[in-house]
Amino acid sequence: MAWLWNNLDLVLGLTLDHIRLSAIPILLGFAASLPLGWVATRVPWLRGVLLTVFNVVYTIPALALFVVLPGILGTKVLDELNVLVAMTLYATAMMLRGTLDAFGSVSGDVLQSATAQGYSSASRFWTVQLPLAGPVLLANLRVVSVSTVSLLSVAALVGSGGLGRLFTAGYSRSFIDEIVVGIVFILLLALLFDALLVLAGRLVLPWARRAKAPTSIPFVKVR
Amino acid sequence: MNFIVDAIAFILDPANWAGETGVGARLSQHLFITFLSVLIAAAIAVPLGLLIGHTGRARGAIIGITGAARALPTFGVMTLFVLIGIQFGAGLSLTPVIVVLVVLAIPPLLAGSYSGVEAVDRQTVDAARAQGMTEWQILTQVELPLALPLLVGGLRSATLQVVATATIAAYVAQGGLGRYLIEGIQTRDYLRAVVGAVLVAALALLLDGLLAALQRLVVPRGVSRGSARTKRSSPGTATRSSGTLEATRTPVTEG
Repeated sequence: MAWLWNNLDLVLGLTLDHIRLSAIPILLGFAASLPLGWVATRVPWLRGVLLTVFNVVYTIPALALFVVLPGILGTKVLDELNVLVAMTLYATAMMLRGTLDAFGSVSGDVLQSATAQGYSSASRFWTVQLPLAGPVLLANLRVVSVSTVSLLSVAALVGSGGLGRLFTAGYSRSFIDEIVVGIVFILLLALLFDALLVLAGRLVLPWARRAKAPTSIPFVKVR
Repeated sequence: MNFIVDAIAFILDPANWAGETGVGARLSQHLFITFLSVLIAAAIAVPLGLLIGHTGRARGAIIGITGAARALPTFGVMTLFVLIGIQFGAGLSLTPVIVVLVVLAIPPLLAGSYSGVEAVDRQTVDAARAQGMTEWQILTQVELPLALPLLVGGLRSATLQVVATATIAAYVAQGGLGRYLIEGIQTRDYLRAVVGAVLVAALALLLDGLLAALQRLVVPRGVSRGSARTKRSSPGTATRSSGTLEATRTPVTEG
């Protein structure tokens, strides 16, 4: 592991890149999935349309999406923006299904009681449905977070994959240590993000401390 | 969107299909790598998943494996295995690539077959046991048919994962549709890269669509009939049921 100590600056720099390039898509994907999920629960035909569209996006392999986006966005092939947009699309696609599950997990009786108590549609969403959907939202967000952190490394093939750069560099020099460092750091980063989300969940959802871990979630497609 | 039209024109030109580096050869390489890896993975994971689902033992192991697989960067594991393969004298052969793809395809298949069996109503299993069926008969004649939709769902995830990762494999091996992408990026030939992207995306969507159709097809007749009746009797909840998954969770209760 002498290589790690001699190249600590490089590894830490790439780690910061990795954090930026994965945290932004995770947060944007989460933020986008809430209104999309809300609309989908309100308008039945839109639910099918949104699920189909995002399933198609999700099915497209990452490397293909990285390459097609420049032609659509007018960016350069090696532009970091392509990676951010692609990862955000994947995060939204993964999260949307979770958001629908989360909103669906709130008992209809509770929602009807809220309406009967005089809640307006908007305040019912913000003060009843969203908080009650919180634990399931968090469980799905954790899955999205881990998947995004690991998938980002593919972007090294188009010049900006954060720690994934250690894979291309290590491979071209046939240097195994560098690749192992990359894998270990990505695993550590995934754990760190997960711990932060659990902590955030404790702060935002103090009543759900004994909520189930995401182990109850069926295996979502990952890449 | 001209660049996509150009790429499709390139793909439709028969001249580009011929030869060792033509579309035809690379497409068949990609399909061969995908099918072989998924087949090996299924031979390992499906019996294991069914067994764990039937006995209810080692469930924690499945949860751990699927969780860890999510965090593991596939691209890193791919380069690592190929370098290790070279050190052991395997050269630039396909073997390390296939090994990685098999390892990646196992978790979704394991989870699919396990959760398929676990989702079977315990009353149905008890009823089968009470009728005098042996454990083997229960597994193959009751649990397996009812588990098929979720099992095929796992197969679908695994295939998607392998098709996508086989694309990245072009970085370390010579074959597959990913070559167009890698060559295009390395030589700054955008059209070539888009050709690869369109082909790979089309292949992924096609396989996903086929497996989605298969997933619907394998729902046992008794189950689809049962769920249809439930839908009619309670129209309020009918719109909420999510097709095959719901159907597997509520197997024939009438006997």
